[in-house]
Amino acid sequence: MDYFLTEQQKTIKNLARRIAEEKILPVRAELDEKEEFPWAIMKELANADMFRVFVPKEYDGLGGGCLELALVVEELSRICSGVAVGYAATALGSFTLIGYGTEEQKKKYLPAIAGGKLAAFALTEPTAGSDAGAIRTTADKVEGGYALNGTKQFITNGGEADIYTVIALTDKSKGPRGASAFLVEKGTPGFTFGKKEKKMGIRASATRELVFRNCVVPETNMIDKPGRGFIMVMKLLDLSRPGVGAQAVGVAQGALEAAVAYTEQRIQFGQPLANLPVVQDMLAEMAIQVEAARALVYAAARVVDSGAYDYTESSAMAKVFASDVAMKVTTDAVQVCGGAGYMKDYPLEKMMRDAKITQIYEGSNQVLRNAIANDLRKRKAKA
Amino acid sequence: MNVVVCLKQVPGTTDVKIDPQTNNLIRSGIPNIINPFDTYALEEGVRIKDRCGGKVTVTSMGPPQAEQMLREAISLGADEAVLLSDREFAGADTWATAYTLAVAIKKLGQFDIVICGRQTLDGDTGQVGPELAEMLDIPLVAYVSKIEELTAQRIQARRMIDEGHEVIESPLPVVITVTKEINVPRLPSLRGIARSQSAVIPVWNTQQLGADPSKVGLTGSFTKVVKIFFPQRVCQAEVFEGELEAQVDRLLDRLKSAGLI
Repeated sequence: MDYFLTEQQKTIKNLARRIAEEKILPVRAELDEKEEFPWAIMKELANADMFRVFVPKEYDGLGGGCLELALVVEELSRICSGVAVGYAATALGSFTLIGYGTEEQKKKYLPAIAGGKLAAFALTEPTAGSDAGAIRTTADKVEGGYALNGTKQFITNGGEADIYTVIALTDKSKGPRGASAFLVEKGTPGFTFGKKEKKMGIRASATRELVFRNCVVPETNMIDKPGRGFIMVMKLLDLSRPGVGAQAVGVAQGALEAAVAYTEQRIQFGQPLANLPVVQDMLAEMAIQVEAARALVYAAARVVDSGAYDYTESSAMAKVFASDVAMKVTTDAVQVCGGAGYMKDYPLEKMMRDAKITQIYEGSNQVLRNAIANDLRKRKAKA
Repeated sequence: MNVVVCLKQVPGTTDVKIDPQTNNLIRSGIPNIINPFDTYALEEGVRIKDRCGGKVTVTSMGPPQAEQMLREAISLGADEAVLLSDREFAGADTWATAYTLAVAIKKLGQFDIVICGRQTLDGDTGQVGPELAEMLDIPLVAYVSKIEELTAQRIQARRMIDEGHEVIESPLPVVITVTKEINVPRLPSLRGIARSQSAVIPVWNTQQLGADPSKVGLTGSFTKVVKIFFPQRVCQAEVFEGELEAQVDRLLDRLKSAGLI
């Protein structure tokens, strides 16, 4: 389907596809098997200017928006969403800075990110997942800045990224309204890395604990004002969810292509599987789902890029729908490929494992359905 | 370091078909690409620039559509491009091609290294690089698989030979032709693509080049292609039947009588 992309958007999409097919495809099974962080590919992405896509022009970026980012994430995820996540998490770790940082902060960090230094975003803690207000990491005012204490959990790009956006409580008595955002550089004394997680899917991505023990960061590293952390986080996740949707669309697209290719060449009962009406029915259903998910993700990304004030509902819908599609389509793709689909010599079992996370992170689909229902009631369901 | 890289646009296939009526290559439906060996030449040029500074200029003698290839070269890191295009250049053999390129390179101004691919996918002669060095009257190192050392005055390069490799040192300026072992060409970058789309690529004809019209194209060629033909494939298959051991004996006899074992 034609989404009327601009020439620049098409260029971005085509180049991302080329990198995925030429550089990621040959190593994706190995990366998945070894749970290895794909530094060589991150370098390729940096050399191709992919990290510039989401950085404003003033800071050596290309000034793209949510849609441009989604196009890259989709194309990378079509081949390997584990690799795509290392890229997308850098955007996630940069958006708070891009949206609310001072000129000095942006000048200091964004050109480096545009050039390929990785970033990460750290909110989740052992006691705070969907209930993000329950974080316990503190940032106490000390001489020369703030001292961070606490542990962040399941942090994508943890250990690999150089620049971290960390949410911590500057005023415990205020709960979520006492949360603030800090830029913390890797190597800051008191900032170490804990356990590296072993995962079901997206295994090429790094997921790790961040440990802060009297980690002092200068006051100039606080993004915006004290107490603004939680509001910025909510905005950030609204902005980034179409990206998770794009990841889901990419993995579903990859599974659809693999399923069509396999059912074309697999002969049973004297003919290709794809000739069987029951298989055709499944393939057609998968294709419809993928296209609908893509349309919703692009539409939500365009709402975000339009400068709309509130896009919680659009972005949540895109993420929920696309991730459910990814799970369904990858599962069905394994099914139509039968035994081969289940085997590691074929990419489908990996895609099915990779798809699952998209229903869980950046707001579980259950929590997001809650949010959608809230907005729905507020606007009395009017379109 | 000023680097000049010579490129050729070729049909993107090794499986060329020949029109039996006209004896010409059938080019329709085959996309044109940068001659694969030239992509290594370009990459090496861009790496030299990344290391030592300076600029990379790409040039090609070819039809007007070769401009597209030069734009691609800019997206891959070249700074400037010049297309040498004129109907008079048509039919050039390697000598006339090297002459045209040599005149253009001199016109481009001061240069330190000229890099060519070892040969093209279509012509396959491997002669233009060496002839170019001759016409520019500078040293040549052919079949370079690695630049060992490069200073403002000298180059030390490893070149592949049948028995292994040699390390050759040469003063600059120099022409080198490169093999695919020398590097892994990069993919384009988004900023490179943007630059390539807006780049102005001058087109020089015989007159603008200041070339001698008697030395370009078919007129300036010592060799002429008289006939292109498709080699007849003589392929005889023999199927042995009967007991396996007898079949093996017969196979051995046949191989012996053919002098193969």
